[in-house]
Amino acid sequence: MKPVFLIKRFLFLILVIWSAATITFFIPRLSPRNPIRERFVELARMGGFSPADLEQIVASYSQRFGLDKPLYQQYFDYMSAVFRFDFGVSLNKFPKTTVELIMEALPWTIGLLLATTIIAFVLGNLLGAVAAWPKAPNWLRATATPFVLLMGVPPVIMGVLLLFFIGFRLKLLPLGGAYSIGTVPTFTLEFVLDAARHQILPALALILGSVGGWVLSMRGMGVTIQGEDYVTFAEHKGLGPFTIFRDYYLRNALLPQATGLVLALGAVVTNGIVVESIFGLPGVGRVLDQAIRSNDFIVIYGIVLFITIAVATLMVAVELLYPLLDPRIKLD
Amino acid sequence: MPPVLQVRDLQVTYYTDSGRARALDGVSLDLNPGEKLGLVGESGSGKSTMALAMMRMIKPPGRIEGGKVVVGGTDLTALSEEAMRKARLSKIAYIPQGAMNSLNPVIRIGAQMMDAIRAHNPEEPRAEAEERCMRALESVDLKRSVFKMYAHELSGGMKQRVCIAIGILLRPQVIIADEPTSALDVVTQRQVMETIDRIQHELGCAIILIGHDMGLMAQFVDKVAVMYAGRLVEVSRVRDMFTDPKHPYAQALIRSLPSLENKGVFQGIPGLAPSLLRLPSGCAYHPRCQHAMEICSRAVPPLETINGSRQVACHLYVEKDLYAEKA
Repeated sequence: MKPVFLIKRFLFLILVIWSAATITFFIPRLSPRNPIRERFVELARMGGFSPADLEQIVASYSQRFGLDKPLYQQYFDYMSAVFRFDFGVSLNKFPKTTVELIMEALPWTIGLLLATTIIAFVLGNLLGAVAAWPKAPNWLRATATPFVLLMGVPPVIMGVLLLFFIGFRLKLLPLGGAYSIGTVPTFTLEFVLDAARHQILPALALILGSVGGWVLSMRGMGVTIQGEDYVTFAEHKGLGPFTIFRDYYLRNALLPQATGLVLALGAVVTNGIVVESIFGLPGVGRVLDQAIRSNDFIVIYGIVLFITIAVATLMVAVELLYPLLDPRIKLD
Repeated sequence: MPPVLQVRDLQVTYYTDSGRARALDGVSLDLNPGEKLGLVGESGSGKSTMALAMMRMIKPPGRIEGGKVVVGGTDLTALSEEAMRKARLSKIAYIPQGAMNSLNPVIRIGAQMMDAIRAHNPEEPRAEAEERCMRALESVDLKRSVFKMYAHELSGGMKQRVCIAIGILLRPQVIIADEPTSALDVVTQRQVMETIDRIQHELGCAIILIGHDMGLMAQFVDKVAVMYAGRLVEVSRVRDMFTDPKHPYAQALIRSLPSLENKGVFQGIPGLAPSLLRLPSGCAYHPRCQHAMEICSRAVPPLETINGSRQVACHLYVEKDLYAEKA
């Protein structure tokens, strides 16, 4: 791998972050709503101070947030802050910063999304590969079908259905939250098991719907790959079926799937956010949910920007790993 | 010396939506150790089906309906699935047609040779197996360094050589080479054929060379077998085949070759190869045959030995013999 390539990729990443930051800077400023005023109007309605002072308070806060400066000045301040990894201060949870809010919530989100994405990817690709493999037993090939049927169900509906039947009706698993009320997060086995129990339903909501997609694309690849000359020749060589399946068939069919995984990352994050809100998990999704409800646009756009950066970085990372999967690809 | 390969009345049918296609209809063939047989015929005449049937690699909707394939005393058609897997490459090896795509692009050449050895001799020590791969590579004029390379780093001719090296890893008694040179340029073709020729001398195995290229056949094989519509129509020594072909189809094939004496007039074979779904009655070649007689559309001519050394399936010669007997 040439350093030129790395530099190019890095510059590209910077470009993506810059574009995303520019968009997240301008969109809220196009809106006629003023979150500061709205917030104080709300407070005034509840009767904290006289509405006469409102305009003055709003002006003073606008100054503190730098919203009274000319737009280009705001833009440069914003950009330099973004590249210092400072996404601003929450309007709603002042004085917490957006980054603080994200970092508190991130472990829950990463844990859930990483586990479910890997499980769905592995399960879906194995089932899809088996479904296309003529020598696999029929019952095993049929296992893929229910997942394909569930593919059309969005994670929101899936989450609600799981909550209703398994959580509410059967009372097998907790209805929400990341751990039982009253426990304190510690690294004891008891707590970890309790937290894991709370993750089962959200994980299922994410996995059940996404396995089918992998099954279908893998099945399609599998059908193509098993017609390849090298698979036939492997059989002519007298290789055992397992070796052919693993080294000749699966290994080659997986290559485009790795690209698919990169493309799916964005959707994974989106679905994760929705599911977190439904199950009341303290992840980035709920932070975003609360920010939207309180019109905390600094946090909203901070999270959007954070996710953009995270997904773009992951994509570059997977791309750098690609030559390990396919020796024909040289990164230069 | 007993023949190393005996094919007896081999029958393969493909069950398609539009009917049953008889791809191989009662083919019998003997091959002695060290003998090189060329198998020629039009596309769809059953050459590759024949090769696949001998490897027992006919895939559904195709089926081997009957017959025997005996290699060195073992009837392959009677083996269990697992025993047949072990027989592939160790008793009868297949060198594929499209060498361009016959190697796995994502694992090293060495790994693709080692897995073949390990599938048959799992006990063989790694160092020994590797040495065996290296020697196989060297015997097809490749460097030892190819062991560590990937398929995309090799030229077409080198890939074909790797396939040959894999084919000889376990010193099989019979090697089937299915158009091993069809994807190569003429210079490389010749080099690859010379490699196959040398390997065959070293191993003393029998070779079946499948192809359309009569010129290449003339230089490398001892015997030529001509297939038409799933049957063998003539098996003759290569010199006899080129100087005095007996079957009208073989005659037409030889006539269609360009030659130095016969410039300008380029003769094809009139008519089209028949559909295997609806074969003509009697001899499948009779609608295209210049010598067709009344009996040709009624009875399938059997493959008969004439003049001691050649086999022909044609009523022309049966009739003559009958007349000879009468006289």
